[in-house]
Amino acid sequence: MMSDTPKKAKAPSKEWPLWEVFVRSKSGLSHRHVGSVHASDSALAIEAARDLYTRRQEGVSLWVVPSSSIVASDPDEAGNLFEPAKDKIYRHPTFYSIPKHVKHI
Amino acid sequence: MYTTNLNFDKNKKPPKEPESVVEDAEQIAAFEARIAADEMIEPKDWMPEAYRKTLVRQMSQHAHSEIVGMLPEGNWITRAPTLKRKAILLAKVQDEGGHGLYLYSAAETLGTSRDEMTEALLSGKAKYSTIFNYPTLTWADIGAIGWLVDGAAIMNQIPLQRCSYGPYSRAMIRICKEESFHQRQGYEIMWALSYGTDAQKRMAQDALNRWWWPSLMMFGPPDDASPNSERSLRWKIKRFTNDELRQKFIDVTVPQAEALGLTVPDPDITWNEERGSYDIGPIDWDEFYSVVKGEGPVARDRMAAKHKAWDEGAWVREAAIAYGEKQQAKAEAA
Repeated sequence: MMSDTPKKAKAPSKEWPLWEVFVRSKSGLSHRHVGSVHASDSALAIEAARDLYTRRQEGVSLWVVPSSSIVASDPDEAGNLFEPAKDKIYRHPTFYSIPKHVKHI
Repeated sequence: MYTTNLNFDKNKKPPKEPESVVEDAEQIAAFEARIAADEMIEPKDWMPEAYRKTLVRQMSQHAHSEIVGMLPEGNWITRAPTLKRKAILLAKVQDEGGHGLYLYSAAETLGTSRDEMTEALLSGKAKYSTIFNYPTLTWADIGAIGWLVDGAAIMNQIPLQRCSYGPYSRAMIRICKEESFHQRQGYEIMWALSYGTDAQKRMAQDALNRWWWPSLMMFGPPDDASPNSERSLRWKIKRFTNDELRQKFIDVTVPQAEALGLTVPDPDITWNEERGSYDIGPIDWDEFYSVVKGEGPVARDRMAAKHKAWDEGAWVREAAIAYGEKQQAKAEAA
């Protein structure tokens, strides 16, 4: 647990944790990342996300996730991760030529 | 609501680039090439230290401006003339708070913390837009602020939607969507007053007289006194120069004033047929610089209000943290 050792008479204020906010704009669509909020617990994070990101009926459902829980790929590794897919154009339907008179394919 | 480009001081040299950080020439070249190809930069991408610093300064100043901007308008919530106007003003002030929060979150992706930014504002190290250091004396000021101040903000913010830094650009897209209501409600207030009684019309003209020049100054100093402008344009942190945006604003706003039957307080203003633009009289930059430095009673009031809010909210912040930790400990024990 946290052990606050006050350096000065007044301990430095501790920031509320950061949460990433995801909004489902209407049922049938997936939740989409819209930004983040600071909040001291999950219930208040939902409240803050509601006030901040859905003032104009932008959503019907909210997710909040502690930012520290998100694992992201490393941008420096982007080449290794994503470029191998680049030369596999045969994964796309347009790679194949089908005679014009053949329909529904 | 708005950012003024404040990274200058008449008597001071522009902030030196952190040359001490030795950056890899190849990385810099690759970065410049990405920007030139209109690629967006995202938080974890490599970026030059000067790019990061410029963005943190610009975005946090912008966020502070939104937050401080709640004060002059909040001043009129209890005195709005009708319930409808009160509801509108409440919604607008809430939006300004929201804009500040979008921008703080976006700035945090660059490795600065919310507390650091708040601290910089409270200590006076960080600036906010000079426009909020003017008083809101009458109800017409609320109209003039929406029309002119938010109008100038929109002019500046629309191109920032294409800023090269992804989180800033996305925040600006949200803000611009919401900002148009702010300007239109302001213009509607001005319309009601301008076509109301003689006294109301005089009140509207008086508000225009006081807000016109400060609104023009919101675009920042003239291009020849804006030392970092060229680099910010190259990095696509800025898309137009201060003078270009100011001119656009003047050209769209003067006819709007005419439609209200009001006159902008500039005896020299003339339509320049050749340029297809208005020529204006000289801007009093000395006034601007003294307002930037936080001189004047209103600036002191604004900072006092921010200090009060921060200090008196301390126990709430601490109690919420303690409660959150208790909830978490309970959940972990269960």
